Amino acid sequence: MSAMLSVQGVHTFYGHIEALRGIDLEVRKGEIVALIGSNGAGKSTLLMTICGTPQAAKGRVVFDGRDITKVPTHEIMRSGIAQAPEGRRIFPRMTVLENLQMGASSAPPEHFAEDLERALAIFPILKERQGQRGGTLSGGEQQMLAIARALMSRPRLLLLDEPSLGLAPMTVRRIFQVIRDINRQGVTIFLVEQNAYHALRLAHRAYVMVTGTIGMTGTGAELLANREVRAAYLEGGVTEEVVAGGAP
Amino acid sequence: MAYFLQQLINGLSLGAIFGLIAIGYTMVYGIIGMINFAHGDIFMVGGFIAIIAFMVLGLLGITWVPLALLVMLAVAVAFTALYGWALERVAYRPLRNSGRLAPLISAIGMSIFLQNYVQLLQGARNKALGTPPISGGITLMDSAGFSVQLSYMQIIIIVSTVLLMAGFTYLINTTTLGRNQRACEQDMRMARLLGVDVDRTIALTFVMGASLAAVAGMVWLLYYGIIDFYVGFLAGIKAFTAAVLGGIGSLPGAMLGGLLIGLIEVFWSAYFSAEYKDVAAFGILVLVLVFRPTGLLGKPEVEKV
Ligand SMILES: Nc1ncnc2c1ncn2[C@@H]1O[C@H](COP(=O)(O)OP(=O)(O)OP(=O)(O)O)[C@@H](O)[C@H]1O
Ligand SMILES: [Mg+2]
Repeated sequence: MSAMLSVQGVHTFYGHIEALRGIDLEVRKGEIVALIGSNGAGKSTLLMTICGTPQAAKGRVVFDGRDITKVPTHEIMRSGIAQAPEGRRIFPRMTVLENLQMGASSAPPEHFAEDLERALAIFPILKERQGQRGGTLSGGEQQMLAIARALMSRPRLLLLDEPSLGLAPMTVRRIFQVIRDINRQGVTIFLVEQNAYHALRLAHRAYVMVTGTIGMTGTGAELLANREVRAAYLEGGVTEEVVAGGAP
Repeated sequence: MAYFLQQLINGLSLGAIFGLIAIGYTMVYGIIGMINFAHGDIFMVGGFIAIIAFMVLGLLGITWVPLALLVMLAVAVAFTALYGWALERVAYRPLRNSGRLAPLISAIGMSIFLQNYVQLLQGARNKALGTPPISGGITLMDSAGFSVQLSYMQIIIIVSTVLLMAGFTYLINTTTLGRNQRACEQDMRMARLLGVDVDRTIALTFVMGASLAAVAGMVWLLYYGIIDFYVGFLAGIKAFTAAVLGGIGSLPGAMLGGLLIGLIEVFWSAYFSAEYKDVAAFGILVLVLVFRPTGLLGKPEVEKV
């Protein structure tokens, strides 16, 4: 399998702070790849660097064989990448429908009706909320809108930054189900998550990020079984899941 | 009563012009959070381009008024828009990531530059239109020896302002460009992440603001028959005041603020003294800001994000 996205020796700075210190990873066509790591490790920075905002100071980002390291953000996003970013970033004073229209900015207009129908079929609640302002949606609804908005551009690669953050367990399960479905329809997914248990179960492969570097990599199952990973990122989550599932 | 009505008409006409200029301030502030202090001078440039076009048309012997006005308008809007675009490109875009102060200083510099540039090219003395192309009007009312006049020029000002407002509201609320502008206003980085060419959207915002300023400049020229390189300074400050009064960032606010400033100025001159009309306008601004810091139509942000 060929790499759809390849990050090679990437360094990113905020002023003097070096947030990424030489990141190497790749995402292959059709995969779900998860990225886990503690707060401040640099996960969101990596997703943003892939999108060129901020740009990498050193190293290369290659998407579909093309070096996009220095390509302006809006052009990157028009070449088949979409991101549902941390904090959701819904346009608060635009309606749900307008937010979705914004998501379709880089798609041919003749696809809009069809894409809208598909997005609303995935998240029926958004259909009822079409005329409501984004800023008045609940957190879960905003997350669904953020994912739907990202899908409106028909991405080949979807970057998701903590889609489960702050959501009720039922909504979390629903979101992960949706991610799996989207992937089955042919969208490659690169997923950043705090909820390591769900993420590793879902992902084909995963990376663990530690203060700006990649600490570990393997299949989702391998990392789930790994003692260090369990100790650092899972104990709380697993216990919760066990309790919720009513296990022994 | 007749006197009052006349002042109302005069105030609304003047206010409409301020409103057209104020929209440029408010749109630019909305999208990049910067006061474009050179906007008043863009308005002045618009007036000068209109008078130059008028003179060239005279030389060419094109005197049929509707045609002459249409050509003047087209030329003024096209060239002034170009100035607006160049202004953003040269003075603001390179400073996009340099904090708030640098572009502000650059704006003041551009304002001084434009004034001196026009002064140098056109001379320091004011330019007069000579015979005004639009004169006359209708008498609305005659009472006790005072007749209320509504000039054709005033009708043109008010009608064209209403049309432009309607057009702009439609553009901002329903077109892709308008939606992109609102998106940039609310979250520029996210707009970029959705594939919006933010630089282009900002440039077009300047072009739109400058186009309205050009209309205002031409209307000003036709209304007063005279223009000089300094006219943009005070008119600009008043239009800016109008934008703040109405709630900066709000399109209807800019128009409302413009009308209010026009009315205050005209009524103050009519009933008190023309000398302090500017003080009156700014005094009202201070009062409004003390009691309603977001301006009349500016909404305080009450959204959870
Ligand atoms: N705009 C910024 N300016 C300066 N420093 C920043 C900025 N954004 C992030 N950082 C710093 O870069 C580092 C990485 O931040 P980042 O947001 O990428 O972490 P993260 O892994 O996504 O964390 P979390 O799980 O909490 O979302 C942190 O130390 C953070 O303080
Ligand atoms: Mg993060």
